[in-house]
Amino acid sequence: MTYIAKPRLHHPKLPTNALGFTRRDYEGSVSTLCAGCGHDSISAAIIQACFELDLPPHRIAKLSGIGCSSKTPTYFLGNSHGFNSVHGRMPSVLTGANLANRDLIYLGVSGDGDSASIGLGQFAHCLRRAVNMVYIVENNGVYGLTKGQFSATADKGSKARRGAVNTDSPIDLVALALQLGASFVARSFSGDKAQLVPLIKAAIEHKGAAFIDVISPCVAFNNNPESTKSFDYVRAHNEAVNRLDVILGRDEIIADYAPGTVETVVQHDGSILRLRKLAVDYDPCDRISALTYLQQQHAAGEIVTGLLFVEPEASDMHDFLDTVETPLNALGEVELCPDAEALARYNGAHR
Amino acid sequence: MATISKTGLAAIKSVNDFVVKFANVNGSGSASANGLFAKSILRMGIPASSRNIFPSNIQGLPTWYEVRISESGHLGRRGGVDLMVAMNPETWDDDVAEIEPGGYLFYDSTKPLPPSKFRDDVNVIGAPLTAICNREYTDARQRQLFKNIIYLGVLAALLDIDRVAIEKLIGEQFRGKDTLIKPNLHAFHLGRDWALSQLECPIGLRLQRVDKVGDRIFTTGNDAAALGCVYGGATVAAWYPITPSSSLAEAFSAHCHRLRRDPETKKRRFAIIQAEDELAAIGVVIGAAWNGARAFTATSGPGISLMQEFIGLAYFAELPAVIFDIQRGSPSTGMPTRTQQADILFCAYASHGDTKHVLLFPQDPRESFAFAADALDLADRLQTPVFVMMDLDIGMNEWLVEPLAWSEGRRYDRGKIMTAEMLEAGVEFGRYLDVDGDGIPYRTYPGTHPTRGAFFTRGTSKNRYAKYSEEGPDYVENMQRLLHKFETAKRLVPRPIRRTAREPTRYGAIYFGSTAAAMTEALEALEERGVHLDTMRVRAFPFHDDILDFVAGHDRVFVVEQNRDAQLRTLLISEGDIDPARLVPILHYDGTPITARFIVKAIADMLSVVTLAPLKKALP
Repeated sequence: MTYIAKPRLHHPKLPTNALGFTRRDYEGSVSTLCAGCGHDSISAAIIQACFELDLPPHRIAKLSGIGCSSKTPTYFLGNSHGFNSVHGRMPSVLTGANLANRDLIYLGVSGDGDSASIGLGQFAHCLRRAVNMVYIVENNGVYGLTKGQFSATADKGSKARRGAVNTDSPIDLVALALQLGASFVARSFSGDKAQLVPLIKAAIEHKGAAFIDVISPCVAFNNNPESTKSFDYVRAHNEAVNRLDVILGRDEIIADYAPGTVETVVQHDGSILRLRKLAVDYDPCDRISALTYLQQQHAAGEIVTGLLFVEPEASDMHDFLDTVETPLNALGEVELCPDAEALARYNGAHR
Repeated sequence: MATISKTGLAAIKSVNDFVVKFANVNGSGSASANGLFAKSILRMGIPASSRNIFPSNIQGLPTWYEVRISESGHLGRRGGVDLMVAMNPETWDDDVAEIEPGGYLFYDSTKPLPPSKFRDDVNVIGAPLTAICNREYTDARQRQLFKNIIYLGVLAALLDIDRVAIEKLIGEQFRGKDTLIKPNLHAFHLGRDWALSQLECPIGLRLQRVDKVGDRIFTTGNDAAALGCVYGGATVAAWYPITPSSSLAEAFSAHCHRLRRDPETKKRRFAIIQAEDELAAIGVVIGAAWNGARAFTATSGPGISLMQEFIGLAYFAELPAVIFDIQRGSPSTGMPTRTQQADILFCAYASHGDTKHVLLFPQDPRESFAFAADALDLADRLQTPVFVMMDLDIGMNEWLVEPLAWSEGRRYDRGKIMTAEMLEAGVEFGRYLDVDGDGIPYRTYPGTHPTRGAFFTRGTSKNRYAKYSEEGPDYVENMQRLLHKFETAKRLVPRPIRRTAREPTRYGAIYFGSTAAAMTEALEALEERGVHLDTMRVRAFPFHDDILDFVAGHDRVFVVEQNRDAQLRTLLISEGDIDPARLVPILHYDGTPITARFIVKAIADMLSVVTLAPLKKALP
């Protein structure tokens, strides 16, 4: 139950990060999701990524919509402010929050129902606006909380546990994100922590709209072999284009990968993304070829995972809006309220 | 040549007190000439107000511009027209029918019209405007545009408008575009000189310089409210275009670009998002407010319909939000370019479940400026959505109002914010804990303290410490506290304004918003007829106790409003537990701003008196 606090005591030798926090300091309350839910693995990956990046937990804001996925922010980062908003509307709330304070890290957590159906419009527009954030969709192809209806990301022909077959065409959020101008686009699988944790870290380090679609099987309603969002199906059809290592500007750089299969991308903050390329012809800095590759593999029945696209020197919404460096929520009367003379000028001009 | 009323009926004679209405076709460039007309009257020191009645269309449909000139300062609509400037053949019959007996009809006499097109009891003044234009100009666009300035010239002669005032205004209007000044002045003189030589000038309606305008200003509610948001410290605005509110957001942008840039870097101390829809607009506002910025949206009824779910979240999760509702004709798409006060109940109880919201009712642009800033304070203080209930009449028309005022040194009331220092000092933090007994809890902004003060904001039920809870007692306690907070709001919102009649009376009238302008004139007229009414102008919901005391102190109270269903009356009955029989509805809802004559007639009819001598006996 979420209102049951986890024991505060932990092993005295639990490793700490550069800020002196243990992994436990990044946890939230006990998950109420079904045992084995892919979403819990994603929460664990978020916790690990934040711990490893030495992020002060209170400098992260976590926002979500409604649904199983949107419940998860309660289960990680208990020292961060959270906002469980309305169904499909997390992107607008996150956009507003980001406008108010550009200095925090924004983590948006959503699901396929939340982002691909009711919130498809907001999903699209926050990516268009280049809101600096990490937007994670925990994608299981079903509505879990309302007990197993298909979502808009379910593949055509996909079969639910109770035998219903999906006949509608699927929405591929990754393809949409690429088309809409997201500057960091990745796909991963909740069962592949080795791939997911570095992707989350890289997305946090990225300035701009970073989107990660994480296929996360629903053990209750959509983990049967006929579902294309099941553990077995994803494991059998996963086509990883690269493996990612994130090297922060402050880290010592160790070169231990064979040249020729490694691509290095330097992000705006100096962090280095080292991609161990599995598909040799894959170029993660080319939006058009990323889209083409994605669609070709999809047609062949493969689920492409990895960092699909990154624009390392992207701009964000604040750049476009040309806002001051100081967070808007830190400005007071002195900066915001014009003087009496300005009002006198207004009055004078309207006579 | 001028034709004079055939019946010889006494032509209306009036100095500085009459109504001129322009019937035009939209997109024909008449707005600028009509604006010059109204402003030139103000420059002569004569109070005037103007109202645009326009279609939901860009070009080709009928549009009207009505100017009320009143030396005694009555700036609401009076009703009736003394001089009709009939420039639209399509609406000719209705326009001619609207003229007062003995009034004047001015028209383009280039093409002769059959006598059946005129009225016997109206003075007809024709000017061959098209012929003059065709003679003077070869370019079709020029012929169209200058026709407006030419009729302005003719009117200047007919009404004796100060020539210099108009010349100066033309100079101001085209400042920076000097090549336009000369041809406009030329067109103006063309019309004026033609009229002075061909017509009997002035007519019975005449303007005479006085000094009754003082330092008042002429501005729209949307522009003033936007400036109020700048002074009030709003940094985030999110909106979706919708008539009649769009000009508020656009004005905010214009004011901010002038007043809100860092003096050195020129970077912006504001952020404006034109959202994909109203759902996103209110979402952005709520997200920004959650994170400690002052934020607002401007919309109209259909937009509020879309925002309902978020408004409920903001009420229940206790997040500030300022929402300007520039009301228009409803329901559905309704009459998008006409005015109404028909969103009162809908905003008071917006969203599903038990909700109540703070509403402010500004009466004019000046109060729109003041209430915009007040709303930002109230939203922060009460941690709840606050609606500023304007309407198209206030928002889009230019009103003559006292200069906007701001008290130097006024501080923003950011409400109860728990700071890092307070948390560090060990002050207990419960997000929904009523520590002060006013129903208002403390909140923390995200990012305040490394280990204390973080909480989870949610629309689901929770306990005092913001922990998810489906326990009945937790839910009930929270809902009761919200009700208590609403009681607190009564003490904080703008108080109603009471006016006592010259003579003691058992009758009262309640009104609000844009009705105020016509109401003052109506009360004066009623008084002349021996009807004395105490009045109360409601300025906010929840209702201050003064309002209930006012109702209790009168046998019958007229509630004057611009909607079909007597919405304020319903709200008074339900919230004040008032006997419905004591509140008599006076309702005007055809989409045009209410007139003084309408109010006088409706109240007089209600009192069942035409002649008012036996008033007291005639009353129930």
